[in-house]
Amino acid sequence: MTETRSLPTRYVTHPGELKTSSGRSLRTDEMIINMGPQHPSTHGVLRLEVVLDGEIVVDVIPHIGYLHRCFEKHAEHMTNYQQVIPYCDRMDYLSSMNNDWAYALAVERMLKIEVPPRVETIRVIMAELQRIASHLIAVGTYGIDMGAFTPFLWAFRDRERILDLFEMTCGARLLYNYIWIGGLSHDLPPGFVEKAKAFCTYFKPNMKELNDLLSYNEIFVKRTAHVGVLPADVAINYGVSGPTLRASGVNWDLRRDDPYGIYDKFEWEVQVGKGERGTTGDCWDRYIVKIREMEQSVRIIEQALAALPEGNVQAAIPKRIRPDSAEIYVRTETARGELGFYVVSDGTASPYRLKARAPAFVNLSVLPKISRGCLLGDLVAIVGSIDIVLGEVDR
Amino acid sequence: MYELLQNLLGDSLLVYVIGAALPLLFVLPFAVVAVLLEMKVSAHMQDRVAYMYTGWHGVLQPVADILKLLQKEDTIPAAADKFLFRVAPFLVFMGGYAGFAALPFSSAYIGTNIDLGVFYLLAISSLSVIGLMMAGWASNNKWSLFGSMRSVGQIISYEIPAALSILVAVMIAGSLNLQEVSKFQDGGLQNWIVFGGPLPLLQKILLFPFTLTAFFILFIAGIAEVNRTPFDLPEAESELVQGYNTEYSGMKFAIFYLAEFANMFLVSGIVVSLYLGGWTSPLGDVMSGPIWGFFWFVAKGMFFVFLQVWIRWTLPRLRVDQLMYTSWKVLTPFLFLCIFAVGLILVL
Amino acid sequence: MTAEEIHKNLQARFGDAIVEAKLDAPQSFLVLDPKRMKEVCLFLRDEESLQFDFCSCVSGVDYKEGKLGAIYHLASMVHKHKIVLKAFCTVENPHIQSVASVWGGADWHEREAYDLLGIIFDEHPDLRRILLPYDWEGYPLRKDYKVPEFYNGMKVPY
Repeated sequence: MTETRSLPTRYVTHPGELKTSSGRSLRTDEMIINMGPQHPSTHGVLRLEVVLDGEIVVDVIPHIGYLHRCFEKHAEHMTNYQQVIPYCDRMDYLSSMNNDWAYALAVERMLKIEVPPRVETIRVIMAELQRIASHLIAVGTYGIDMGAFTPFLWAFRDRERILDLFEMTCGARLLYNYIWIGGLSHDLPPGFVEKAKAFCTYFKPNMKELNDLLSYNEIFVKRTAHVGVLPADVAINYGVSGPTLRASGVNWDLRRDDPYGIYDKFEWEVQVGKGERGTTGDCWDRYIVKIREMEQSVRIIEQALAALPEGNVQAAIPKRIRPDSAEIYVRTETARGELGFYVVSDGTASPYRLKARAPAFVNLSVLPKISRGCLLGDLVAIVGSIDIVLGEVDR
Repeated sequence: MYELLQNLLGDSLLVYVIGAALPLLFVLPFAVVAVLLEMKVSAHMQDRVAYMYTGWHGVLQPVADILKLLQKEDTIPAAADKFLFRVAPFLVFMGGYAGFAALPFSSAYIGTNIDLGVFYLLAISSLSVIGLMMAGWASNNKWSLFGSMRSVGQIISYEIPAALSILVAVMIAGSLNLQEVSKFQDGGLQNWIVFGGPLPLLQKILLFPFTLTAFFILFIAGIAEVNRTPFDLPEAESELVQGYNTEYSGMKFAIFYLAEFANMFLVSGIVVSLYLGGWTSPLGDVMSGPIWGFFWFVAKGMFFVFLQVWIRWTLPRLRVDQLMYTSWKVLTPFLFLCIFAVGLILVL
Repeated sequence: MTAEEIHKNLQARFGDAIVEAKLDAPQSFLVLDPKRMKEVCLFLRDEESLQFDFCSCVSGVDYKEGKLGAIYHLASMVHKHKIVLKAFCTVENPHIQSVASVWGGADWHEREAYDLLGIIFDEHPDLRRILLPYDWEGYPLRKDYKVPEFYNGMKVPY
């Protein structure tokens, strides 16, 4: 069945080419169908207005905003910079730790706060654990999009272990409010390091199992290879970031290329899509990059756990945050890509303007570009592979 | 069975009613067991435990589910074609259920022992297509329409490999009567048609690769005809919400569900009768007889039901074009080759 | 390339399209003429030594007293340098030339700035509201924004 690989993944409709014997065109009407806001595979409340010709997608128009919670307006009305952090949790609710860190980092750079090394190391551990948890959901739900239910529950089983670690650290399983400006809300509890190490040893063989079940499954590869190809130049032009950008063959990771935290102290590699099973930048590449990033994250966590310094995690937390009239844009690499916070301060205790550059928001904007001419089933594959979280798209 | 009832009760309406209702005695308990099997197998594949509270290890949960479905509000969308909407689930179930009439459960029981059994099965199983189409159309929902269009295309496409692979077995057995085909394979494992049937050894060896291929293809086509993963495109929940049964609830939904499970066993039954000896014992004369026959048939059938469950919770779903490709460009040509070769070997 | 060099480069080519440059801020920025955004940005993107291929973010800001601004955070993946562009307009005449044709990613960001702050990006291919409902009135991120009492008959302040 290797021939299907060479099949074109872009289908072309031929309006007006089919004729009846009397010369009348057999062209049929296009159908406009609403995919969402309640649809199992839009990963939230995304609405896609899909123009279909039979099964072939002629055009896709995303409508977003169903989950808009006025994050930026709320941030302006806080009485304190710290109070914004719980709202950051709720943006990308699958990688809250990374969001907290991005915001805390922006304010810290504004205030020129030096964070103690223990805090930096714990932040890296938390962010990478969170990245694994987030990628696990992305990979698992992608399995569901493809019709395979089992990988989803396997992914959740492993994610549960990570959430247990978070719970023992800060008491919350989804929205942590853990990374504060200048420090952390709690130090690591006793026994965390051992448990985290145990997780790493437990997790590695499970990745192989998942690969056997899903990643290299012939049907799965057939469904995703050559589908929704996002060329590197288009990806960069659209500001696509994170695993979605790397899958297109762009070797770009803010953890390495615009360094923050202490990522430069660890040994790890940026994973890039190579088009092993299809074209570079197809859905399979976007999927496999996430799988490989999880392996890299485990590597980082193991190194960070081995080199955890002592110290007080709340030593650098400022009592009063009143930055001078200034502005700053800080970008970090979350599980979905470049999360930037643009903070404008007017010298008061709350931000004058806070803009979150959400990676999923930008990544989603490229969807119409890459999904024209695919089949309806492919559209599901593409939406799943760019891994959006609507909490972040709509903020 | 029908003849027996006629002798007992004379030619009355009661005979027809009893005759028609008998398979229900099997299908309904089977559906309950199959739901439990599906849930438990999937759960253990996914590191879960599934139902644990209703009865011992949750064995009564399917019963509770049925009671729940019976009580559920039965909604019909305002814009639906109400008559077709109501009729469709029954038509779908009918297609599957009517097939049980020609399935030989044991040497003593077959619903009706017609000589055109296989032909009848092929014909009647296509009936459910009309029901699915009706359901999708009457729902007045674009997703449902998509689902029913897909299912029509899919079932009609897979009828061809199914019919051709049935033909291979029929050629060897020389009969269209499933009871005859089962009897033909009596005498133990080595006489099953999948191993070449009770023919001379040389012929068996020559036949084996072709019968094995046809057997696998029949099973694949069977899965496709009951719309289960990896061929569950008509109800692909991640693409088409729930396909043709999106708008159904309560008892009507339960009937679709029942139809799916009835079809699962029907397909397994056809595979078993044609290729794996039907009700015959794999041990030859040991453990054979009408009662044991029933046991063997159901045991073999349940094994294939289990296989279908296993496949469902392992594989992702195909895409529409890949589905058609598999049917027309892979399975069908292989079967033509099989039929040609089997015919040649039988003639020699 | 540092911000000074970028500034000099642009100044030499576009002259008065560069209204102002603040190079001593933590993140130095250039203020551009809102009507000549596109040509400057095209140059920034395509010039060999600049290659600002990545438009990170476009943010709208209300500076009070009738002044609105769009802030563009650009980065180059090739040269790994960054620059911030600003363009200002007034509430009465909130027009800024769109750069959506230069960076595809700016498309949705500009729509968001239009949606929340009412900055009209001229020549934008599809300037619709994005986060708010299409029939929403007013621009919520403006500092003088008052929440409406009712939206389609539903009470808004809860």
